[in-house]
Amino acid sequence: MDVLKKVPVREQDPKVRATNFEEVCLGYNEEEAKAEAERCLKCKNPQCVKGCPVSINIPGFIEEVQNGNVEEAYKVIGQSSALPAICGRVCPQESQCEGKCIRGIKGEPISIGKLERFVADWSRENNIEPEKSAAPNGKKVAVIGSGPSGLTCAGDLAKLGYDVTIFEALHEAGGVLVYGIPEFRLPKQSVVKSEIENVKKLGVKIETNVIIGKSITVDQLLNDEGFDAIFIGSGAGLPKFMGIPGESANGVFSANEYLTRSNLMKAFDDEYDTPIVAGKKVAVVGGGNVAMDAARTALRLGAEVHVIYRRSESELPARAEEVHHAKEEGIIFDLLTNPTEILTNEDGWVSGIRCIKMELGEPDASGRRRPVEVEGSEFDIEVDTVIMSLGTSPNPLISSTTIGLDTDKRKCIVADESGKTSKDGVYAGGDAVTGAATVILAMEAGKAGAKGIHEFLTQNA
Amino acid sequence: MYKILKAEELTTNIYLMDVEAPRVAKYCLPGQFVIVKIDDKGERIPLTICDYNREKGTVTIVFQTVGASTQKMADLKEGDYFRDFTGPLGEPSELVHEDNIDEIKKEKILFVAGGVGTAPVYPQVKWLHEHNIEADVIICAKTKSLIILEDEMKKVGNVTIATDDGSYGLKGMGTDAIKELVNNQGKKYDRCVVIGPMIMMKFTAMLTKELGIPTIVSLNPIMVDGTGMCGACRVTVGDEIKFACVDGPEFDGHKVDFDQAMKRQQMYKTEEGRAMLKLKEGDTHHGGCGQCS
Repeated sequence: MDVLKKVPVREQDPKVRATNFEEVCLGYNEEEAKAEAERCLKCKNPQCVKGCPVSINIPGFIEEVQNGNVEEAYKVIGQSSALPAICGRVCPQESQCEGKCIRGIKGEPISIGKLERFVADWSRENNIEPEKSAAPNGKKVAVIGSGPSGLTCAGDLAKLGYDVTIFEALHEAGGVLVYGIPEFRLPKQSVVKSEIENVKKLGVKIETNVIIGKSITVDQLLNDEGFDAIFIGSGAGLPKFMGIPGESANGVFSANEYLTRSNLMKAFDDEYDTPIVAGKKVAVVGGGNVAMDAARTALRLGAEVHVIYRRSESELPARAEEVHHAKEEGIIFDLLTNPTEILTNEDGWVSGIRCIKMELGEPDASGRRRPVEVEGSEFDIEVDTVIMSLGTSPNPLISSTTIGLDTDKRKCIVADESGKTSKDGVYAGGDAVTGAATVILAMEAGKAGAKGIHEFLTQNA
Repeated sequence: MYKILKAEELTTNIYLMDVEAPRVAKYCLPGQFVIVKIDDKGERIPLTICDYNREKGTVTIVFQTVGASTQKMADLKEGDYFRDFTGPLGEPSELVHEDNIDEIKKEKILFVAGGVGTAPVYPQVKWLHEHNIEADVIICAKTKSLIILEDEMKKVGNVTIATDDGSYGLKGMGTDAIKELVNNQGKKYDRCVVIGPMIMMKFTAMLTKELGIPTIVSLNPIMVDGTGMCGACRVTVGDEIKFACVDGPEFDGHKVDFDQAMKRQQMYKTEEGRAMLKLKEGDTHHGGCGQCS
């Protein structure tokens, strides 16, 4: 075995997986995990931990895997993360823990994400229970939103003995983990549901179908329902559109709509009643992880899929692994290309997308080279479906109905590092504060919020 | 789970249900809507609130069977449950704000309710009646048997009935009834609220524009989440794209692009039709729907 190389992880064959919704990556078995764990240098000053937003004791859990003590490894991770099966799958490890791994200087870094996933999956399959909560302390906390920040915050507070209720607007708990990220990257029943069950085992109650700001407001939760503090983890759910002609045509979807129909409503499955337009030839506009998810979903529904992105490959915001998987499956990338108009037929349906070629100019505020239109380079691509994946912004339903809760000009809730907002007893974190980001950063904010709320409620005791 | 306390067929294919949903009943107002989901595998179906009882914690919905999912819903009986019942969603009618009531009292208001659209009109007229404002209401439908909630509406507003075939009340459509009230009876209105099928709202709004009456319509487009997340319900109002679920469902009827809205509403017609086919044929279904192998 080459110690400089990762133990390869088994994946479904690209040709096969392009036609199903089963998970792409099959993960390590016990033998592979042990072999990969053996590669760890057990650094005295582990850089990987510094790269982890929730500071998991990475060498600690890897050592337990080396020794074959997977249950112990699970406990080590559990001290820092409530959702390891999810993080092992969707964290951008290449820019976090694995990006800092000393082993990675000369060869490939340790496959930390795949090891985390192995530990979490093994523990689930062997019915290992999470640690128990402290005795009830009699204080009530409401958590708004059951996505990664809310689940993490609720889990941490429950462990400290708080009586925690999560309010979820949709009919299933999980937030972006259930409506956004597709089944083939994050299995809903086996992985997401069981991690949520683990949070419930800590004593957390989840009330679905409650839209804070509509069903009840933050102020009413504090004043009428007796909550001592509130954590807002409502995410960034509002889709953006380009504002180009033809965008209201039939067959133009936000990535949110397309993915929600497929993931949350399971429109890809005949057993479910929600319809989805599969499309024969689909254009996905955008280059982020959500665009890759939408493109690969449309592919699995049987379409030829073009990803249209205005910069070049090296600027694609999506994770390298996602782009690699998308290409393997046959997604076509039309780079340095930007839509200018959506073409429609007489029935009001999409018939094509008019694009213009772009070239890269000087770097802009984001540090990336600004794309500039190449004059006279317009051309049409014949498509029947267009999916807009241009990012999302926070939903104003909560901020606009809460007295004294400050937001910035992007409608993001203003909160400090502990999650503290302008309103006493109200904390916030995740995409609702930062705008659309990643699962792990939302979890980090959920942890910080739990700590902030705990300090607030113990000082006020 | 949300218990159905009453289930009744008002007329052919139009059903009324009282559903136990205390969180929705507590703060909902006329003009808002709910989303219901029958079971694990069902669609999320948006329905405008028809009535509510805060003490009992119940919300009344009225719906017409138009596809497979509403057909399944019609089969539910008293004592059955909805898996999900979410709300209230959307903005309340601009007429039902306590702090604005003195202004509204000065107005003469006309409601035009088309078919099943009578259901969402009812709570607005009732709310105004409870605040000592009497409004005129036109209930219109194709034929007498399709008129719903007539007795309830008569208790709270001044009702005029119109049927296309003349089988009951005035002969003609809602627009004919408006002309009768305005041109022949000399009534003047400061505001008109029109709720019914899209095509009816379009033509009624065209008439009220001619007559110079500010007009509100309530849209019921395709939706998924109902909280502003998917954008399926986007509608062009004046120069702006609005989301009916969070910005509406009520909009200025003189600014809505009805032609575009009608095209968008047709989007899933084929798929819905296919699902309907599958349901109707049951165990004898052997393909042809495009959804099965």
